[in-house]
Amino acid sequence: MTGVFLTILKRDLLLTIRQSTDVALVMAFFVVAAALFPFGVGPGPETLGRIAPGIVWVLALLAVMLSLDRLFQQDWEDGALELITLTPAPLPILVLGKAAAHWIGTGLPLIALAPLLGIMLNLTETAYPILIAGLALGTPSLSLIGAVGAALTLGARRAGLLMALLVLPLYIPVLIFGVTAVDAAVAGFSVRPHFLYLGAILLASLALAPLAAAAAIRNAVE
Amino acid sequence: MSELTGQDLTCIRGERPVFARLNFAWTAGTACQLTGPNGAGKSSLLRVLAGLIQPAAGSLSWHGTPIDEDREAHRARVSYCGHQEALKSALTVREGLQFWADLGGLPNRVDAALEGFELTGLADTPARILSSGQKRRVALARLIVESRPIWLLDEPTVGLDKASQERLEHLIAAHRAEGGIVAAATHVPIALPDAKNLDMADFAPGRLRGQAA
Repeated sequence: MTGVFLTILKRDLLLTIRQSTDVALVMAFFVVAAALFPFGVGPGPETLGRIAPGIVWVLALLAVMLSLDRLFQQDWEDGALELITLTPAPLPILVLGKAAAHWIGTGLPLIALAPLLGIMLNLTETAYPILIAGLALGTPSLSLIGAVGAALTLGARRAGLLMALLVLPLYIPVLIFGVTAVDAAVAGFSVRPHFLYLGAILLASLALAPLAAAAAIRNAVE
Repeated sequence: MSELTGQDLTCIRGERPVFARLNFAWTAGTACQLTGPNGAGKSSLLRVLAGLIQPAAGSLSWHGTPIDEDREAHRARVSYCGHQEALKSALTVREGLQFWADLGGLPNRVDAALEGFELTGLADTPARILSSGQKRRVALARLIVESRPIWLLDEPTVGLDKASQERLEHLIAAHRAEGGIVAAATHVPIALPDAKNLDMADFAPGRLRGQAA
Protein backbone atom coordinates (compact mmCIF):
# COMPACT_ATOMS: atom_id res chain seq x y z
CA MET A 1 0.00 0.00 0.00
CA THR A 2 2.84 2.42 0.79
CA GLY A 3 4.35 1.25 -2.50
CA VAL A 4 1.55 2.66 -4.66
CA PHE A 5 1.36 5.78 -2.47
CA LEU A 6 5.05 6.47 -3.12
CA THR A 7 4.71 5.59 -6.81
CA ILE A 8 2.05 8.19 -7.47
CA LEU A 9 3.69 10.74 -5.16
CA LYS A 10 6.97 10.35 -7.06
CA ARG A 11 5.31 10.68 -10.44
CA ASP A 12 3.29 13.76 -9.48
CA LEU A 13 6.35 15.41 -7.94
CA LEU A 14 8.35 14.70 -11.10
CA LEU A 15 5.57 16.33 -13.13
CA THR A 16 5.51 19.30 -10.75
CA ILE A 17 9.27 19.77 -11.13
CA ARG A 18 9.16 19.46 -14.93
CA GLN A 19 6.24 21.92 -15.10
CA SER A 20 7.57 24.21 -12.39
CA THR A 21 6.19 27.35 -14.04
CA ASP A 22 2.79 26.29 -12.68
CA VAL A 23 4.13 26.54 -9.14
CA ALA A 24 5.99 29.77 -9.90
CA LEU A 25 2.80 31.42 -11.19
CA VAL A 26 0.82 30.54 -8.08
CA MET A 27 3.61 31.82 -5.83
CA ALA A 28 3.83 35.02 -7.88
CA PHE A 29 0.09 35.49 -7.32
CA PHE A 30 0.61 35.01 -3.57
CA VAL A 31 3.25 37.77 -3.41
CA VAL A 32 1.70 40.19 -5.90
CA ALA A 33 -1.74 40.00 -4.29
CA ALA A 34 -0.18 40.77 -0.90
CA ALA A 35 1.56 43.78 -2.41
CA LEU A 36 -1.86 45.21 -3.28
CA PHE A 37 -2.96 45.62 0.32
CA PRO A 38 -0.72 48.59 1.25
CA PHE A 39 -2.33 50.40 -1.71
CA GLY A 40 -5.83 49.36 -0.74
CA VAL A 41 -5.85 49.97 3.02
CA GLY A 42 -3.05 52.54 3.16
CA PRO A 43 0.60 52.03 4.03
CA GLY A 44 0.19 52.76 7.78
CA PRO A 45 2.43 50.14 9.47
CA GLU A 46 0.03 49.69 12.39
CA THR A 47 -3.03 48.98 10.28
CA LEU A 48 -1.09 46.59 8.07
CA GLY A 49 0.54 44.80 11.00
CA ARG A 50 -2.87 44.32 12.60
CA ILE A 51 -4.39 42.62 9.52
CA ALA A 52 -1.21 40.90 8.25
CA PRO A 53 -1.96 37.39 9.59
CA GLY A 54 -5.42 37.49 8.05
CA ILE A 55 -4.06 38.65 4.69
CA VAL A 56 -1.40 35.93 4.59
CA TRP A 57 -3.93 33.23 5.45
CA VAL A 58 -6.62 34.40 3.02
CA LEU A 59 -4.08 34.63 0.20
CA ALA A 60 -2.75 31.17 1.09
CA LEU A 61 -6.29 29.79 0.74
CA LEU A 62 -6.74 31.50 -2.61
CA ALA A 63 -3.32 30.36 -3.87
CA VAL A 64 -4.07 26.75 -2.91
CA MET A 65 -7.43 27.01 -4.61
CA LEU A 66 -5.89 28.37 -7.81
CA SER A 67 -3.57 25.40 -8.01
CA LEU A 68 -6.20 22.71 -7.32
CA ASP A 69 -6.89 22.11 -11.00
CA ARG A 70 -3.41 20.59 -11.17
CA LEU A 71 -4.56 17.71 -8.96
CA PHE A 72 -6.83 15.75 -11.29
CA GLN A 73 -7.73 17.94 -14.27
CA GLN A 74 -4.77 17.00 -16.48
CA ASP A 75 -5.04 13.31 -15.67
CA TRP A 76 -8.73 13.46 -16.37
CA GLU A 77 -8.29 15.15 -19.74
CA ASP A 78 -5.63 12.80 -21.08
CA GLY A 79 -7.36 9.62 -19.88
CA ALA A 80 -4.80 8.73 -17.21
CA LEU A 81 -7.32 9.17 -14.39
CA GLU A 82 -9.62 6.41 -15.62
CA LEU A 83 -6.62 4.09 -15.99
CA ILE A 84 -5.58 4.98 -12.46
CA THR A 85 -9.04 4.01 -11.22
CA LEU A 86 -8.61 0.70 -13.08
CA THR A 87 -5.47 -0.31 -11.20
CA PRO A 88 -6.02 -2.77 -8.37
CA ALA A 89 -4.52 -0.29 -5.88
CA PRO A 90 -7.06 1.31 -3.50
CA LEU A 91 -8.11 4.64 -4.99
CA PRO A 92 -8.21 6.60 -1.67
CA ILE A 93 -4.51 5.79 -1.16
CA LEU A 94 -3.75 7.10 -4.65
CA VAL A 95 -5.76 10.26 -3.92
CA LEU A 96 -3.75 10.68 -0.73
CA GLY A 97 -0.53 10.38 -2.74
CA LYS A 98 -1.71 13.02 -5.21
CA ALA A 99 -2.80 15.35 -2.39
CA ALA A 100 0.60 14.90 -0.72
CA ALA A 101 2.35 15.82 -3.97
CA HIS A 102 0.04 18.83 -4.31
CA TRP A 103 0.93 19.99 -0.80
CA ILE A 104 4.67 19.65 -1.45
CA GLY A 105 4.25 21.61 -4.66
CA THR A 106 1.98 24.33 -3.21
CA GLY A 107 1.84 24.30 0.60
CA LEU A 108 5.60 24.11 1.18
CA PRO A 109 6.49 27.00 -1.16
CA LEU A 110 3.70 29.07 0.44
CA ILE A 111 5.17 28.42 3.88
CA ALA A 112 8.61 29.39 2.59
CA LEU A 113 7.27 32.67 1.15
CA ALA A 114 5.07 33.59 4.12
CA PRO A 115 7.88 35.37 6.04
CA LEU A 116 8.46 37.60 3.00
CA LEU A 117 4.80 38.61 3.08
CA GLY A 118 5.12 39.16 6.82
CA ILE A 119 7.90 41.68 6.21
CA MET A 120 5.95 43.39 3.44
CA LEU A 121 2.95 43.76 5.74
CA ASN A 122 4.82 44.70 8.92
CA LEU A 123 3.88 41.56 10.84
CA THR A 124 4.87 41.64 14.54
CA GLU A 125 8.10 39.76 15.17
CA THR A 126 6.65 37.37 17.74
CA ALA A 127 4.01 36.26 15.24
CA TYR A 128 6.35 34.67 12.68
CA PRO A 129 6.92 31.24 14.26
CA ILE A 130 3.22 30.85 15.00
CA LEU A 131 2.19 31.92 11.50
CA ILE A 132 4.64 29.41 9.97
CA ALA A 133 3.65 26.60 12.32
CA GLY A 134 -0.04 27.32 11.69
CA LEU A 135 0.48 27.22 7.92
CA ALA A 136 2.44 23.97 8.25
CA LEU A 137 -0.45 22.43 10.17
CA GLY A 138 -3.23 24.01 8.10
CA THR A 139 -2.12 23.82 4.46
CA PRO A 140 -2.18 20.00 4.27
CA SER A 141 -5.87 20.19 5.18
CA LEU A 142 -6.35 22.72 2.37
CA SER A 143 -4.85 20.29 -0.16
CA LEU A 144 -6.98 17.40 1.13
CA ILE A 145 -10.27 19.31 1.26
CA GLY A 146 -9.40 20.83 -2.10
CA ALA A 147 -8.96 17.35 -3.57
CA VAL A 148 -12.63 16.66 -2.84
CA GLY A 149 -13.68 19.87 -4.58
CA ALA A 150 -11.38 19.19 -7.54
CA ALA A 151 -12.74 15.66 -7.92
CA LEU A 152 -16.37 16.78 -7.64
CA THR A 153 -16.03 19.41 -10.35
CA LEU A 154 -14.28 17.17 -12.91
CA GLY A 155 -16.00 17.57 -16.23
CA ALA A 156 -18.11 20.53 -15.10
CA ARG A 157 -18.31 23.68 -17.18
CA ARG A 158 -16.55 26.59 -15.46
CA ALA A 159 -15.05 24.04 -13.11
CA GLY A 160 -12.69 26.56 -11.51
CA LEU A 161 -15.49 28.84 -10.37
CA LEU A 162 -17.66 26.00 -9.15
CA MET A 163 -14.70 24.57 -7.26
CA ALA A 164 -14.16 27.92 -5.50
CA LEU A 165 -17.80 27.99 -4.38
CA LEU A 166 -17.54 24.43 -3.08
CA VAL A 167 -14.17 24.63 -1.41
CA LEU A 168 -13.88 28.14 0.06
CA PRO A 169 -16.67 27.67 2.67
CA LEU A 170 -14.96 24.46 3.79
CA TYR A 171 -11.70 26.37 4.24
CA ILE A 172 -13.24 28.76 6.79
CA PRO A 173 -12.42 26.70 9.93
CA VAL A 174 -8.76 26.42 8.90
CA LEU A 175 -8.68 30.17 8.29
CA ILE A 176 -10.27 30.97 11.66
CA PHE A 177 -7.91 28.87 13.75
CA GLY A 178 -4.84 29.80 11.70
CA VAL A 179 -5.47 33.51 12.28
CA THR A 180 -6.63 33.29 15.89
CA ALA A 181 -3.48 31.34 16.76
CA VAL A 182 -1.37 34.28 15.58
CA ASP A 183 -3.61 36.79 17.36
CA ALA A 184 -3.37 34.77 20.57
CA ALA A 185 0.42 34.67 20.37
CA VAL A 186 0.61 38.43 19.80
CA ALA A 187 -1.74 39.10 22.72
CA GLY A 188 0.24 36.75 24.97
CA PHE A 189 -2.29 33.93 25.23
CA SER A 190 -1.69 30.23 24.72
CA VAL A 191 -1.72 29.06 21.09
CA ARG A 192 -2.28 25.44 22.09
CA PRO A 193 -6.10 25.28 21.69
CA HIS A 194 -5.90 26.84 18.22
CA PHE A 195 -3.24 24.40 17.09
CA LEU A 196 -5.22 21.51 18.54
CA TYR A 197 -8.18 22.55 16.39
CA LEU A 198 -5.97 22.81 13.30
CA GLY A 199 -4.59 19.35 14.09
CA ALA A 200 -8.09 17.95 14.53
CA ILE A 201 -9.17 19.38 11.17
CA LEU A 202 -6.08 17.82 9.57
CA LEU A 203 -6.80 14.40 11.07
CA ALA A 204 -10.43 14.54 10.00
CA SER A 205 -9.55 15.55 6.45
CA LEU A 206 -6.84 12.87 6.30
CA ALA A 207 -9.43 10.27 7.18
CA LEU A 208 -12.38 11.52 5.14
CA ALA A 209 -11.17 13.54 2.16
CA PRO A 210 -9.43 10.67 0.28
CA LEU A 211 -12.58 8.53 0.54
CA ALA A 212 -14.85 11.34 -0.65
CA ALA A 213 -12.52 12.34 -3.50
CA ALA A 214 -12.15 8.70 -4.60
CA ALA A 215 -15.93 8.31 -4.77
CA ALA A 216 -16.21 11.53 -6.78
CA ILE A 217 -13.50 10.36 -9.20
CA ARG A 218 -15.22 7.02 -9.77
CA ASN A 219 -18.35 8.97 -10.59
CA ALA A 220 -16.47 11.30 -12.95
CA VAL A 221 -14.79 8.60 -15.06
CA GLU A 222 -17.98 6.62 -15.59
CA MET B 1 -15.86 -23.68 -18.91
CA SER B 2 -16.13 -20.10 -20.03
CA GLU B 3 -14.10 -17.58 -18.12
CA LEU B 4 -15.74 -14.26 -18.87
CA THR B 5 -19.48 -14.26 -19.36
CA GLY B 6 -21.98 -11.48 -19.81
CA GLN B 7 -25.66 -12.11 -19.23
CA ASP B 8 -28.41 -9.84 -20.45
CA LEU B 9 -26.10 -6.83 -20.28
CA THR B 10 -27.91 -3.57 -20.86
CA CYS B 11 -26.22 -0.21 -20.96
CA ILE B 12 -27.84 3.21 -20.70
CA ARG B 13 -25.83 6.37 -21.32
CA GLY B 14 -27.44 9.69 -20.51
CA GLU B 15 -30.98 8.25 -20.54
CA ARG B 16 -30.38 6.74 -23.99
CA PRO B 17 -30.24 2.95 -24.12
CA VAL B 18 -27.11 1.94 -26.05
CA PHE B 19 -27.42 -1.82 -26.15
CA ALA B 20 -29.73 -4.32 -24.51
CA ARG B 21 -29.79 -8.00 -23.58
CA LEU B 22 -26.26 -8.67 -24.71
CA ASN B 23 -24.98 -12.17 -23.97
CA PHE B 24 -21.58 -13.69 -24.51
CA ALA B 25 -19.40 -16.42 -23.04
CA TRP B 26 -15.70 -16.28 -23.73
CA THR B 27 -13.26 -19.06 -22.88
CA ALA B 28 -9.52 -18.77 -22.38
CA GLY B 29 -7.80 -17.80 -25.60
CA THR B 30 -10.86 -16.14 -27.11
CA ALA B 31 -10.55 -13.08 -29.27
CA CYS B 32 -13.71 -11.20 -30.00
CA GLN B 33 -14.08 -8.47 -32.52
CA LEU B 34 -16.77 -5.91 -31.77
CA THR B 35 -18.29 -4.45 -34.88
CA GLY B 36 -21.15 -2.12 -35.62
CA PRO B 37 -21.77 1.42 -36.81
CA ASN B 38 -20.72 4.50 -34.85
CA GLY B 39 -22.72 4.85 -31.68
CA ALA B 40 -23.69 1.17 -31.61
CA GLY B 41 -22.07 0.83 -28.18
CA LYS B 42 -18.71 -0.80 -28.90
CA SER B 43 -16.83 1.58 -26.62
CA SER B 44 -19.58 1.44 -24.01
CA LEU B 45 -19.38 -2.36 -23.94
CA LEU B 46 -15.61 -2.24 -23.47
CA ARG B 47 -16.05 0.25 -20.62
CA VAL B 48 -18.66 -2.01 -19.02
CA LEU B 49 -16.27 -4.95 -19.34
CA ALA B 50 -13.50 -2.88 -17.76
CA GLY B 51 -15.78 -2.01 -14.85
CA LEU B 52 -15.72 1.72 -15.63
CA ILE B 53 -19.47 1.77 -16.26
CA GLN B 54 -22.05 -0.17 -14.29
CA PRO B 55 -24.44 -1.98 -16.62
CA ALA B 56 -28.05 -0.85 -16.13
CA ALA B 57 -29.11 -4.49 -16.09
CA GLY B 58 -27.53 -7.91 -16.45
CA SER B 59 -24.36 -9.24 -14.95
CA LEU B 60 -20.77 -9.89 -15.79
CA SER B 61 -19.03 -12.91 -14.29
CA TRP B 62 -15.55 -14.36 -14.15
CA HIS B 63 -15.53 -18.16 -13.74
CA GLY B 64 -19.16 -17.95 -12.71
CA THR B 65 -18.60 -15.39 -9.94
CA PRO B 66 -20.18 -11.96 -10.52
CA ILE B 67 -17.46 -9.30 -10.72
CA ASP B 68 -19.49 -7.07 -8.40
CA GLU B 69 -18.47 -9.34 -5.54
CA ASP B 70 -14.84 -8.32 -5.85
CA ARG B 71 -14.24 -5.27 -8.03
CA GLU B 72 -10.62 -4.97 -6.95
CA ALA B 73 -9.88 -8.48 -8.22
CA HIS B 74 -11.58 -7.63 -11.51
CA ARG B 75 -9.43 -4.52 -11.94
CA ALA B 76 -6.36 -6.72 -11.48
CA ARG B 77 -7.53 -8.84 -14.43
CA VAL B 78 -8.23 -6.12 -16.96
CA SER B 79 -6.05 -3.96 -19.20
CA TYR B 80 -8.06 -1.26 -20.91
CA CYS B 81 -6.76 0.69 -23.87
CA GLY B 82 -9.17 3.47 -24.78
CA HIS B 83 -9.15 6.29 -27.30
CA GLN B 84 -6.87 8.40 -25.17
CA GLU B 85 -3.22 7.49 -24.79
CA ALA B 86 -2.93 8.85 -21.23
CA LEU B 87 0.64 10.00 -21.80
CA LYS B 88 2.21 12.80 -19.79
CA SER B 89 3.92 15.22 -22.12
CA ALA B 90 6.59 15.99 -19.51
CA LEU B 91 7.54 12.36 -18.83
CA THR B 92 9.72 10.17 -21.01
CA VAL B 93 8.38 6.99 -22.58
CA ARG B 94 10.24 4.86 -20.04
CA GLU B 95 9.07 6.94 -17.05
CA GLY B 96 5.49 6.68 -18.25
CA LEU B 97 5.60 2.92 -18.63
CA GLN B 98 7.49 2.51 -15.36
CA PHE B 99 4.66 4.35 -13.59
CA TRP B 100 2.03 1.90 -14.86
CA ALA B 101 4.36 -1.01 -14.11
CA ASP B 102 4.83 0.14 -10.50
CA LEU B 103 1.12 0.79 -10.12
CA GLY B 104 -0.20 -2.74 -10.36
CA GLY B 105 1.93 -4.11 -13.19
CA LEU B 106 5.22 -5.95 -13.39
CA PRO B 107 8.08 -3.47 -12.84
CA ASN B 108 10.60 -5.75 -14.56
CA ARG B 109 8.62 -5.91 -17.81
CA VAL B 110 9.33 -2.33 -18.91
CA ASP B 111 12.24 -3.27 -21.17
CA ALA B 112 10.25 -6.10 -22.71
CA ALA B 113 7.39 -3.68 -23.37
CA LEU B 114 9.71 -1.15 -25.00
CA GLU B 115 11.12 -3.90 -27.22
CA GLY B 116 7.68 -5.28 -28.01
CA PHE B 117 6.70 -2.09 -29.81
CA GLU B 118 10.17 -1.07 -30.98
CA LEU B 119 10.32 1.84 -28.57
CA THR B 120 13.76 1.12 -27.13
CA GLY B 121 15.28 3.95 -29.18
CA LEU B 122 12.59 6.34 -27.93
CA ALA B 123 12.78 5.28 -24.28
CA ASP B 124 14.24 8.58 -23.08
CA THR B 125 12.19 10.81 -25.35
CA PRO B 126 9.58 13.03 -23.70
CA ALA B 127 6.08 11.97 -24.78
CA ARG B 128 5.42 15.56 -25.87
CA ILE B 129 7.43 15.16 -29.10
CA LEU B 130 6.17 11.72 -30.14
CA SER B 131 4.09 11.33 -33.29
CA SER B 132 0.52 10.09 -32.88
CA GLY B 133 1.44 6.59 -34.08
CA GLN B 134 4.33 6.45 -31.62
CA LYS B 135 2.00 7.59 -28.81
CA ARG B 136 -0.36 4.78 -29.75
CA ARG B 137 2.51 2.29 -29.53
CA VAL B 138 3.42 3.53 -26.04
CA ALA B 139 -0.22 3.19 -24.99
CA LEU B 140 -0.29 -0.39 -26.31
CA ALA B 141 3.05 -1.19 -24.65
CA ARG B 142 1.20 -0.72 -21.35
CA LEU B 143 -0.53 -4.04 -22.10
CA ILE B 144 2.84 -5.77 -21.76
CA VAL B 145 3.87 -4.13 -18.48
CA GLU B 146 0.45 -4.75 -16.94
CA SER B 147 0.33 -8.34 -18.23
CA ARG B 148 -3.24 -9.06 -17.21
CA PRO B 149 -5.48 -11.78 -18.67
CA ILE B 150 -8.18 -9.62 -20.26
CA TRP B 151 -7.28 -7.06 -22.92
CA LEU B 152 -9.93 -4.52 -23.89
CA LEU B 153 -8.84 -2.58 -26.95
CA ASP B 154 -10.79 0.35 -28.33
CA GLU B 155 -9.68 1.05 -31.90
CA PRO B 156 -6.15 -0.15 -31.14
CA THR B 157 -4.84 0.27 -34.69
CA VAL B 158 -5.64 3.97 -35.15
CA GLY B 159 -2.47 5.68 -36.33
CA LEU B 160 -0.37 2.51 -36.41
CA ASP B 161 1.83 1.75 -39.40
CA LYS B 162 1.72 -1.68 -41.04
CA ALA B 163 4.72 -3.07 -39.15
CA SER B 164 3.32 -1.96 -35.78
CA GLN B 165 -0.06 -3.44 -36.58
CA GLU B 166 1.61 -6.78 -37.35
CA ARG B 167 3.49 -6.54 -34.08
CA LEU B 168 0.20 -5.98 -32.27
CA GLU B 169 -1.33 -8.97 -34.06
CA HIS B 170 1.62 -11.16 -33.00
CA LEU B 171 1.29 -9.96 -29.41
CA ILE B 172 -2.43 -10.69 -29.39
CA ALA B 173 -1.76 -14.17 -30.77
CA ALA B 174 0.87 -14.80 -28.08
CA HIS B 175 -1.47 -13.47 -25.40
CA ARG B 176 -4.22 -15.84 -26.57
CA ALA B 177 -1.82 -18.76 -26.67
CA GLU B 178 -1.18 -18.13 -22.98
CA GLY B 179 -4.90 -18.28 -22.29
CA GLY B 180 -5.63 -14.55 -22.43
CA ILE B 181 -8.86 -12.99 -23.64
CA VAL B 182 -8.94 -10.11 -26.10
CA ALA B 183 -11.91 -7.94 -27.01
CA ALA B 184 -11.25 -5.37 -29.69
CA ALA B 185 -13.48 -2.77 -31.26
CA THR B 186 -12.18 -1.86 -34.66
CA HIS B 187 -13.25 -0.67 -38.09
CA VAL B 188 -9.94 -1.67 -39.66
CA PRO B 189 -9.57 -5.35 -40.53
CA ILE B 190 -7.17 -6.81 -38.04
CA ALA B 191 -5.89 -10.39 -38.23
CA LEU B 192 -7.48 -12.31 -35.37
CA PRO B 193 -7.52 -16.01 -36.37
CA ASP B 194 -10.81 -17.71 -35.47
CA ALA B 195 -12.03 -14.66 -33.63
CA LYS B 196 -15.62 -14.41 -32.53
CA ASN B 197 -17.60 -11.54 -33.83
CA LEU B 198 -20.06 -9.52 -31.80
CA ASP B 199 -22.17 -7.33 -34.04
CA MET B 200 -23.49 -4.59 -31.80
CA ALA B 201 -26.34 -3.94 -34.23
CA ASP B 202 -27.88 -7.23 -33.03
CA PHE B 203 -28.28 -5.77 -29.56
CA ALA B 204 -29.63 -2.37 -30.45
CA PRO B 205 -32.43 -1.63 -27.99
CA GLY B 206 -34.92 -0.57 -30.68
CA ARG B 207 -34.58 -3.90 -32.47
CA LEU B 208 -36.31 -5.90 -29.75
CA ARG B 209 -39.24 -3.56 -29.70
CA GLY B 210 -39.38 -3.76 -33.47
CA GLN B 211 -39.60 -7.54 -33.34
CA ALA B 212 -42.29 -7.52 -30.71
CA ALA B 213 -44.45 -5.16 -32.70
